[in-house]
Amino acid sequence: MEDGQLKIEEHPRSFTTLNLGPTHPATHGIFQNVLKMDGEQIIDAEQTIGYIHRAFEKIAEHKPYYQITPLTDRLNYCSSPINNIGWHMTVEKLLGVQTTKRIDYLRIIVMELARIADHLVCNSVIGVDSGALTGFVYVFQERERIYEIYEEISGARLTTNMGRIGGFERDISEAAIKKIREFVNRLPKILNEFEKLLMRNRIFMDRTIGVGPISADRALNYGFTGPNLRAAGVDYDVRVMDPYCSYSDFDFTIPLGTQGDTYDRFCVRQEELWESLKLVRAALENIPAGKFQVDAPRFCLPPKEDVYSKMEALIWHFKIVMGEIEAPAGEVYNAVEGANGELGFYLVSDGGRTPFRLHFRRPCFIYYQAYPEMIRGGVLSDAILTMSSMNVIAGELDA
Amino acid sequence: MDDKEITGPLQEHFSKDILEVEQTFEMLTITVTSPVIHDVIRFLKEEPGLQFNFLTDLCGIHHPDRGLPLGVVYHLHNMVQRKRIRVKTFVTTENPEVPSVTDLFATANWMERETFDFYGIHFTGHPNLIRILNVEYMDYHPLRKEYPLEDATREDKDDRFFGREGDNGQLKIDNGRWTIEN
Repeated sequence: MEDGQLKIEEHPRSFTTLNLGPTHPATHGIFQNVLKMDGEQIIDAEQTIGYIHRAFEKIAEHKPYYQITPLTDRLNYCSSPINNIGWHMTVEKLLGVQTTKRIDYLRIIVMELARIADHLVCNSVIGVDSGALTGFVYVFQERERIYEIYEEISGARLTTNMGRIGGFERDISEAAIKKIREFVNRLPKILNEFEKLLMRNRIFMDRTIGVGPISADRALNYGFTGPNLRAAGVDYDVRVMDPYCSYSDFDFTIPLGTQGDTYDRFCVRQEELWESLKLVRAALENIPAGKFQVDAPRFCLPPKEDVYSKMEALIWHFKIVMGEIEAPAGEVYNAVEGANGELGFYLVSDGGRTPFRLHFRRPCFIYYQAYPEMIRGGVLSDAILTMSSMNVIAGELDA
Repeated sequence: MDDKEITGPLQEHFSKDILEVEQTFEMLTITVTSPVIHDVIRFLKEEPGLQFNFLTDLCGIHHPDRGLPLGVVYHLHNMVQRKRIRVKTFVTTENPEVPSVTDLFATANWMERETFDFYGIHFTGHPNLIRILNVEYMDYHPLRKEYPLEDATREDKDDRFFGREGDNGQLKIDNGRWTIEN
């Protein structure tokens, strides 16, 4: 009060800056969001990424082709086999080799199991972030079983280094087939129970419907692919649009959403779990006889007993392991349907022993830039749900 | 969609700026000059018969032995007709300027930042061209070929052993002192 007059001050709208991450339990990975908040409402957001950047593209320029597979493991580490096999198929495209049906079917089994593992994690984590921990603990047991199948096929669990350029390192074992069969018989009951827990749960629906929506038009403009694009209503799936690995032999549907919100993303992934299960079952029943490796002696290691007894095999074994194999010159773009969307490999070879240039088209990196647009105007707890429903995997984000 | 349906209208509009048209591994690759790249991409996106309205990928490439060493590679996709094409453009190291396509595709924002980060290509018209994966105070662009991956004096990790020469220069040993001559 001055001079007996009440002075009316202008109170500017004040904002709080909130650092969500880099290490925040709700972000499920190392990346940061700087949020501009008005109370509970998000006014704007900016992402900072690159915390686990490991320069894979640079490293790949210095590695023989077969040694790049373990790098791809570490992109989307929730579904490593898809990345591995996508990379193998890229090199096969460059070499111009045709895989046998047996290889294709085995690959489909492995890739669809990986998709199941990835979607189980993503969907159960949406549950966790909305306050339902039970489903998460429940389905993680199933992911464990998938890892046991990987272990039976490749010897590793998380970063699988699955298969080789030109097929698999050995034929699939009876034990692995038995484990897969047990798994596909077991999963439907678990999935049904998981769906009962969340799908029509009033609290879950209230928390997710209309949260973090994106229109089909914006999603395409932002380069969305995979379940996130399909939740917005665009029926794009690399397995159907650009069939690879004999996917055209199988009958499966592409689930679609309409709103592009968190609930639709959840439902699309949930439906894809059933489709993947159907694919695994169909491929398992129809595995054709044949070779598990193509005839590409410059890239496939010779059988061990030959290496010990034949000079020629020993020479090839040595040359391959030491990375002394030249690849033909060429330029290839190959895409597979990763668990998060179109995982592309752009490979330029100048005829040397390592790629001249290798670029990974990582779906996470591309669609995560839409995040501020999706959470703007919403509240903080919804932003967390939006993030987990987009399935942002730090390894794939940063490469 | 036939390749001629793409190259025909492009030749009509940009005849003098199209440097090369080739077919590599079932993908049509068109190389154009850098000033028109934005117009070419917009033409491919908006022309009624073409409709390449999805930018799949954008990345850089470095050919140190060429006259125009730095390149940007665009992968465009027409989802309805199931057609992919690749468009390339090359610039010099001294003046690495390429028009940004962020106004056509929101997704180009981070892709161009990544290309800037790794190759130092300046995208004119980009709203926020800063580094994305590397630290801000880095003063070089690490995916350019002149930057060796590891200690350049290590003989066992030299590029020459991977069937290629020139990246790390030649190793000279003089009085026990190792130097690299470029």
